[in-house]
Amino acid sequence: MTMRDTFVASATGFLDDPRTTIVLADISADAFAGAARRYPHRVVNVGIREQLMIGVAGGLALAGQRPIVHSYAPFLVERAYEQIKLDLDHQGVGAVLVSIGASYDRAEAGRTHLAPADVALIDTLDGWTVHVPGHPDEVPDLLRDAVCGQHSTYLRLSLSTNARAYPKAGGLQVVRDAGPGAALLVAVGPVLDAALAAVAGLPVTVAYTHRPRPFDVTGLRALAATEVIVVEPYLAGTSTRVVAGALADRPHRLLGLGVGRAELRRYGTAEDHDRWHGLDPAGLRLAVGGFLTPAG
Amino acid sequence: MTTPTATHPPGHPLPAPVVAPLERLRAGRHYDANVYSTVDVHWVLYDRVLRVTPATVDDPDRDRFLLSKGHAVAGYYAVLAAKGFIPVDWLDDAGGPDSRLGGHPDRTLVPGVEIGSGSLGHGLGLGVGTALGLRAQGRTTPRVYVLLGDAELDEGSNHEAIAYAGATGLAGLTAIVVDNASASHGWPGGVASRFTVNGWTTATVDGHDHDALHAALTGHDGHHPHVVVAVDGPTPGSRS
Repeated sequence: MTMRDTFVASATGFLDDPRTTIVLADISADAFAGAARRYPHRVVNVGIREQLMIGVAGGLALAGQRPIVHSYAPFLVERAYEQIKLDLDHQGVGAVLVSIGASYDRAEAGRTHLAPADVALIDTLDGWTVHVPGHPDEVPDLLRDAVCGQHSTYLRLSLSTNARAYPKAGGLQVVRDAGPGAALLVAVGPVLDAALAAVAGLPVTVAYTHRPRPFDVTGLRALAATEVIVVEPYLAGTSTRVVAGALADRPHRLLGLGVGRAELRRYGTAEDHDRWHGLDPAGLRLAVGGFLTPAG
Repeated sequence: MTTPTATHPPGHPLPAPVVAPLERLRAGRHYDANVYSTVDVHWVLYDRVLRVTPATVDDPDRDRFLLSKGHAVAGYYAVLAAKGFIPVDWLDDAGGPDSRLGGHPDRTLVPGVEIGSGSLGHGLGLGVGTALGLRAQGRTTPRVYVLLGDAELDEGSNHEAIAYAGATGLAGLTAIVVDNASASHGWPGGVASRFTVNGWTTATVDGHDHDALHAALTGHDGHHPHVVVAVDGPTPGSRS
C-alpha cells in the first residue's frame, strides 16, 4: 500500500459524511471511480483544469461542503496558486489539499513534474496546516484530522517512506536521544530513516515530525540546545524561518537541509536525486559533520 | 463633452432608487462609463430576480449573486444600500481606513456579498463550485448567478469553467456577461458563441432594458447552464 492507496481508501470512507466532496482533475480519477459511481454528486472530476479544481473547492466550501482536492503536487499547488490564495483564503473558507508526486517522486519525468517548492509556497499563506507523512500508515489519521477540521490543510504524500510509522507525530517525537546538550536534528516526514543512518555514532538527538506547520515550537524549545539541524524532503530552508524565530532569544546555530533550488536537468531515480541533493545518508552525514565540527 | 454623472449617465437613465446611493458613494468624483454599464443588471437582479433579502443572507436556500468583475462595485454597493443590505451611511467613507467598502468587495466585510473579487477570472469557478455544492445538498431551488465582463473572459480560468459546466449540464448556474466591448482582442462571432458551443443556453439583450434583462435572467431551461449577454451599447443583437 502506497500513501496514495491509503489516502484513496480513507477519503472514500469519509464520503459517508454528506459534507465530504472530493475534487479531482483527472489525476487518480481511476482510483476514485467506484466512489464516483456511489456518490456522483460528491466525487467531482473537472478534467485537466486545475484553476477550476481550486475554484470549485472554494465554491463548495462557500456552500457548506468540505472539499478534499487532489492532484499532482506541481499542478495542485503551483499552477493554481492564486486560486488557493483567493478562492480559499480570501473567501475565508478552507479545503483539504492532498498531493502526490512529492519533490522528485517521478524523477524520470523531469522538471515539469517536480515540485520541491510546494511547502514553501503554501507557507506564504496564513493559518495552513501542513502534513508530510513518512509512512502510509500515518496517512489515515492525518486525513481524518484535516477533514474533520474547518481550516485549510495541505497533505503531502510521497512514494518515499520510512521503514516504520510514527502515529501522532504532529509534535516533535524523539526517536533517538543523545542526552542533554546534544545537537538536535529534526527530520520531517520521509527523510527520517536517512537522517538516523547519517548520524549513527554522532552525539545528535533526532526528533521526528510529520506536521511542519504549525511547527511544534514548544517541543523545539524544550529539545534544542545550541545546534539545530532541520532536514526536510522539500526545498532546503523552508522551516528555518520558523525555527530561527522560535529560538530568537537564545544563542544557537541552525542548519537547514533539503532539496536544492537549482534545476539539475537530470532524470534518474528518486534515490539519485537524494544523492544529488545531499539527502542520502552519506550526504547528510557530510553536512551534519561539517556543521558540528566547523573547519579551522 | 459633458462629464457623466450618476443622474445623467451616458445614454441611459439610472433606476430611480439607485440614484441617491450612487451619488452619495460617488461624492463628486468622476465615474467612468463602465460603472454605469452594470447598474441596470445589478438592479434588475436584486429588484426582480434574486430570492435573497437582508434577512436571508445566510439562508442556505437563498439565490447567490457572485460579482466576478469586482471593479464593478459602485453600482453593486449602491444597489445593496438601496435594498437595505448595508446601511447607506457606509457609502460615505468608501475606501477609507475604517470602511467595509473597498474598491473591490470583500465578502467577510459586507453583508450580502457572496465572494471577494477583484482579480479577474475567479467568480465563475467559485460559482460552479457553489452550484455543485447546492446540488450535492439536494437544494434544487437556489440559483447561482455570476456577473462577468467581456474583457474578463480573456482569463483562461473562465473557459475551464464554461467547458466543464456545459459538459456536465450544471443547470443551477447562470453567467451574466456585461459586454461593453472592452476586450482588447474582441470576441469574433460574439461572446455568447463561447458558451453555446459548450452546451449553454444563451440570451443576448440590451443591458439597460429592464424587461429584456428580466426575461433573459429568468430564461434558463432547468437542464443547461444559462448565459445572459447584457450588451452595453446602442443596438444589441439577439441570439438564443
